[in-house]
Amino acid sequence: MTELMLILGMAAVTFTPRYLPIALAGKAQIPPLLERAFAYVPIAVLTAIIAQTVLIRDGSVQMSLDNPHLIAAFAAFATALWKRHLFLTIAVGLVVYMICMSLL
Amino acid sequence: MNNPTQTRSGAFLNGARDTFPLILAAIPFGIVYGALAVAGGLSQAATLAMSLFVFAGSSQFIAVTLLASAAALPVIILTVFIVNLRHMLYAASLMPEVKSLPQRVRAILAFWLTDETYAVVANRINQQPNDPQLCWYWIGSAVAMYSNWVFCSWLGMTLGQQIPDLTSWGLDIAMVVAFIGIVVPSLKALPQWACALTAAVAAMASYDWPHQTGLLFSAVVAIAVGLLLEQKTVKAETAEAV
Repeated sequence: MTELMLILGMAAVTFTPRYLPIALAGKAQIPPLLERAFAYVPIAVLTAIIAQTVLIRDGSVQMSLDNPHLIAAFAAFATALWKRHLFLTIAVGLVVYMICMSLL
Repeated sequence: MNNPTQTRSGAFLNGARDTFPLILAAIPFGIVYGALAVAGGLSQAATLAMSLFVFAGSSQFIAVTLLASAAALPVIILTVFIVNLRHMLYAASLMPEVKSLPQRVRAILAFWLTDETYAVVANRINQQPNDPQLCWYWIGSAVAMYSNWVFCSWLGMTLGQQIPDLTSWGLDIAMVVAFIGIVVPSLKALPQWACALTAAVAAMASYDWPHQTGLLFSAVVAIAVGLLLEQKTVKAETAEAV
């Protein structure tokens, strides 16, 4: 019973934030300022996730060259700047990561 | 990827394909979730039901961790709500794209809106604005993420404690490099660069805040910085034109 309540409750508080703006689209007029803010959402949230995943390893800040995530992320960043190609970026990042793991 | 006259099934498959590196990164988390949930006292049915009906990686992790520490039900629900607030930003930014879809389809798309699917869908919109098949691309990405997540939860639950610490294998690097490949091409001018830099610095400063509130905080501050600089640039250009 408690498990049922837990899952129903979690489903409700997960679905509502995902659905509410999508349900209202086309019905409510979006203020222009808000619409311009939306363009920054992917940059802001994904960069924050990247920073935390790369630099926080085992619960503390690891900003050193023996952090393979950091080196691979930097290689991917350079590739993306240079070629702007998604799959090349992913490939270079993964290969550099594997090299780092085998060396460190 | 760059074919404008695309069929529904083509868009579906492209969506699934573009999500592949993110699926790879999600595998160990799904397995570890399944193992942790059972170890924490959740029944097998509930462990699987959570993946099927909640479908939110970080929320499920936090829920089973809290459950193992005997937290009260309202505390768990409230925490999950806070963790999920960033999805509201995602959904809001996709409002212009779903305007003409029927409400039933919107509900399905919303249920499947994860970090991963949002990332590839936002990238798709950037590369191919006004794509009539965007809905199928989204569904393709979501179905791939969803089936992988449910399968991996089941696998972890079945394997239980026999599995080694998969999260230490570092498969999350696939997510990191995919997100980098998505974000970097959208850094077009100073406001976007400033937004990204702010997000990174704020995320570092707030990483130890409870329940991922640091992510939400970083996103809001970074969006504000981007907007503010954009506002200034626009004003400077208008002044020059006069």
